[in-house]
Amino acid sequence: MSGIAFILAGTLAAATPLLLAALGEMVVERSGVLNLGLEGMMALGAALGFIVVFLTGNHALGFLVAGLGGAVLSLVFASLVLGFVANQVAAGLGVGLLGLGLSSLVGKAYESRTVPGLPRLHLPGLSDLPLVGPLLTQDIVVWLSLVLALGLWAVLAHSKAGLVVRAVGENPHAARALGFPVIAIRCGAIAFGGTLAGLAGAYASTVYTPLWADGMIAGRGWIALALVVFGTWATGRIVFGALLFGALSLGELSAQAAGVGLPSQVLASLPYAVTILMLAVISSDRRRMRRTAIASLGQPFEP
Amino acid sequence: MAAPPLLSLEGISKSYGAVRANRGIDLTVDPGQVHAILGENGAGKSTLMKLIYGVETPDEGRILWKGRPVTLANPADARALGIGMVFQHFSLFETLSVVQNIALIVPGSRATLAGRIRDLGREFGLEIDPDAMVHDLSVGERQRVEIIRCLLRAPDLLILDEPTSVLPPQGVERLFATLRALRTKGMAILFISHKLEEIRALCDVATILRAGEVTGRLVPRDHSAADLATRMIGRNIPPPAHPVAHDLGEVRLELAGLDHAAEDPFGVSLSGLSLAVRGGEIVGIAGISGNGQKELAALVSGEIAQPALRRDTVRLMGQPVGDTGVAGRRRLGLAFVPEDRLGRGAVPEMSLADNALLTAHGQGLVRRGFIARAAERAFSARVIAGFDVRSRGPEAEAGSLSGGNLQKFIMGREILLSPKVLLVAQPTWGVDVGAASDIRQRLVAMRNDGVAILVISEELEELFEICDRLHVLHKGRLSPSLPTRTTTTEDVGTWMIGGRAA
Repeated sequence: MSGIAFILAGTLAAATPLLLAALGEMVVERSGVLNLGLEGMMALGAALGFIVVFLTGNHALGFLVAGLGGAVLSLVFASLVLGFVANQVAAGLGVGLLGLGLSSLVGKAYESRTVPGLPRLHLPGLSDLPLVGPLLTQDIVVWLSLVLALGLWAVLAHSKAGLVVRAVGENPHAARALGFPVIAIRCGAIAFGGTLAGLAGAYASTVYTPLWADGMIAGRGWIALALVVFGTWATGRIVFGALLFGALSLGELSAQAAGVGLPSQVLASLPYAVTILMLAVISSDRRRMRRTAIASLGQPFEP
Repeated sequence: MAAPPLLSLEGISKSYGAVRANRGIDLTVDPGQVHAILGENGAGKSTLMKLIYGVETPDEGRILWKGRPVTLANPADARALGIGMVFQHFSLFETLSVVQNIALIVPGSRATLAGRIRDLGREFGLEIDPDAMVHDLSVGERQRVEIIRCLLRAPDLLILDEPTSVLPPQGVERLFATLRALRTKGMAILFISHKLEEIRALCDVATILRAGEVTGRLVPRDHSAADLATRMIGRNIPPPAHPVAHDLGEVRLELAGLDHAAEDPFGVSLSGLSLAVRGGEIVGIAGISGNGQKELAALVSGEIAQPALRRDTVRLMGQPVGDTGVAGRRRLGLAFVPEDRLGRGAVPEMSLADNALLTAHGQGLVRRGFIARAAERAFSARVIAGFDVRSRGPEAEAGSLSGGNLQKFIMGREILLSPKVLLVAQPTWGVDVGAASDIRQRLVAMRNDGVAILVISEELEELFEICDRLHVLHKGRLSPSLPTRTTTTEDVGTWMIGGRAA
C-alpha cells in the first residue's frame, strides 16, 4: 500500500478516539465546566473496554462498560466541582490521575495481550471506488462518531436543550434566575462528556490498536482538550482538528517506515505540534475567540 | 364582595444568615395597578421581588395569588401562574440572538416567535430585530427584549426591577408609555425604584420599604418628592447645595484628540476625545454605560497605556503621560476610584488596612521594603474615622463591608493621598442615599480646595448637583462642554441618544 492510500484508509480511525473525547468535552465546556481529567477518563475506558472484549469477545459490551466507567469517574469529578464547589483545575487533574492509576491497576494482568478489532464495513459500490474507496471503508464506530458530531452540532445550534446548555455556560446566574437547574444541567453535561471519553478510550484500545499497553492513551486526552479550545467550541472545527491529527499521525508512521532521516522522537512529536499550530493559527482571531469563548468556563457556581 | 387582589403577601420574612432582608412584609397588588416598591439600596426590595418570582423562598409568611395560597419553588412556577420579571441586571445571554433568548422560556418555533416579537413590538413601542445578536444591542434595546420575553407569556403581573436606571430620559418616557398601555390592558405592574419623580409620574400606589420592613403605603401623587424621600430614608437629607462658581486654577488633566480602538469586540472604540479639567472644578461625563466609559476611565487612569507616539493625547499637570502606566500617573498626583469596588477598587479577600496599602504605600506605610504595620493601621483608621466607614476596624475584610461603606473607604483612601487630579467612576453606584450625599459633599469640598475632578456617572441628577460642566459620551464620542447652570436634562438626554441639541 502506498503512503497516501495508507493515510486515506487510516485517518478516520485514527481521528475517532480524539473526536469522541473532544465532542464530549465540548459539551462539558459549553455548560461552563472545564474537565481536565479527560486523559484519565479515556485511560479508564480503554482498560475496562479492553478487559471486557478480551474476556467476552463482545465489542458492544466492551463499549458499554467503558462508557459506564468513564461516566462514573466523571461523576466523581462532578461531585467535587458541583457538590463541593472545588477548584475545577485541581479537581480535574486529580480525577485524571485517579483514572490513569486505575487503568494501570486493572490492566496490569492484560499487559501486551491483544483482541480482535472490528471489521471494516464494505459499502457496495463506494468501497470499490479508486482512491476514495479505502477512505469509505471504515468500521461502524467511525460512522457513528461522525453521525454523533452532526447530531451534536444540530442540537447545540438549533434545539432548546442546546440553547439551555449554552445559556448555562454563558451566565449560570441568569440561567438560574430564569428557572433552569444549573447544577443538574452541568452534571448531565459532565456525565455525557465522561461517557464519550470512556468510549473514546475503548475505541483506541479495542479497535484502533487492539492491544493493551499501560499508558496507551499517550496524551490523546490532552490533544482532545486542545482541539476543543482551539476549535473555538465549534463542532466543525473540532472535527477538522481531529482529522488533521489523525492524518498527521499516520503520515508520521509512514514517514518512519520509509526511513526519513529524522530522529523518531522528532517525527513522533510532529502530529501534536502541527495540529496545535494549525488550530492556533485558525483561532488566532482574537475577536472571534472572545465572541465564542464560554464566559463562565472554569468558574465555580454557587446559587 | 369584591374580587380578591391579584397578589397578596402576608407576613413574609427572609433572612440571609444574620441579615434579615425582609421582615413581616404585607403587600397587596390589584389588577391594572402600577404599584411602586420604594426604598433605598439594601432596603430589601430586590429580595422581596425574588420571593415573588420564586428565585428565593420565604422563611415565613404566605403568598396568595388570586386569593389562593401558593408555593413558588422556582421561577417556572411563578411564570406558570402569570408572573413575569424584568431583572435589573438583565438575564439575557449575549452570545445568543434575540429570538434564541426568548425561546429559552417561551415555547414556539423560531418563525412564530419572530412574528410575535414584531407584533408585540409594534403594539407597545418595543421594536426590536428578532435575529439581532444580544451583544450588538444597546442597553435600552436589551431591556425591550426582556420586557417582550415576559409579555409573550401574557402575564397578569409584571415585575420591573429598577428599569429606568439604564435609560436616557427619552427612553424613560418611552418605557412609561409602554407601561401605561399595559396597565390599560389590565396588567398589574410592580415597579421597583428609588427615583421619586418617576414614581410620582407613573405609579398608582407606593409601598415604602426601609431596612426590610414596610414603613408606609401611600398614593405617591399626593406627596412631594421631598416627603417621599424622608419616608424612604427615615430622616431629612439636606437639600443639595449647587456649588458656586469660583476661581479656577491651571489645567491639570487634558485629553487632546484621544483615539482608542477597542481590542475587545464587546468594547467601544473612542474617537477624538478632547477635554480639559482645571484645578477647582468638577467636570462630569454623562451617558449611558457601555458608550465608552470603561475605556475612557482606563485611558485616563493609565490602565490602558498608549504608544509613545501618541503620548501627547493625555496630559497630566501639563506633562504628556499617554504612554505612562498607572504608577507613573499616580506619582504625578492622579488618584482614581474605579467603577467596580470589588476586584479593581479593592481586593475583597484582604483587610481594609492591606487595601489601604495598595495605593497609599507612598504615605510612609512601607519602610525599607517592609510594611510598617502600625502606620498602615493608623492610616486606615484615619480613613475609617474620617469617612464614617461602618466596619469592624482596619482588620475587617474588604469584602465583608456593604457596597456603600466600601465605597466610602475607597474614596477616603484616595482623598487622603491629597491628589491634584481625581478621577471617579460611578461614585455612588449601589450606595444608599445617605452615604451618597456624604460622598458628593466630599467631592465638592475637594473641588473647593482646588483639586481637578473628573466624574463619570450614569446618574444625571448627581452630575447636575456637583458638576460645573459636563460632557456627554455617546458611542465613543464626546459632546461639547455643557455648563450645568445653563443646560437642561433634556439637552443632555438628546446628546445621550446621539442627537444634537436643537
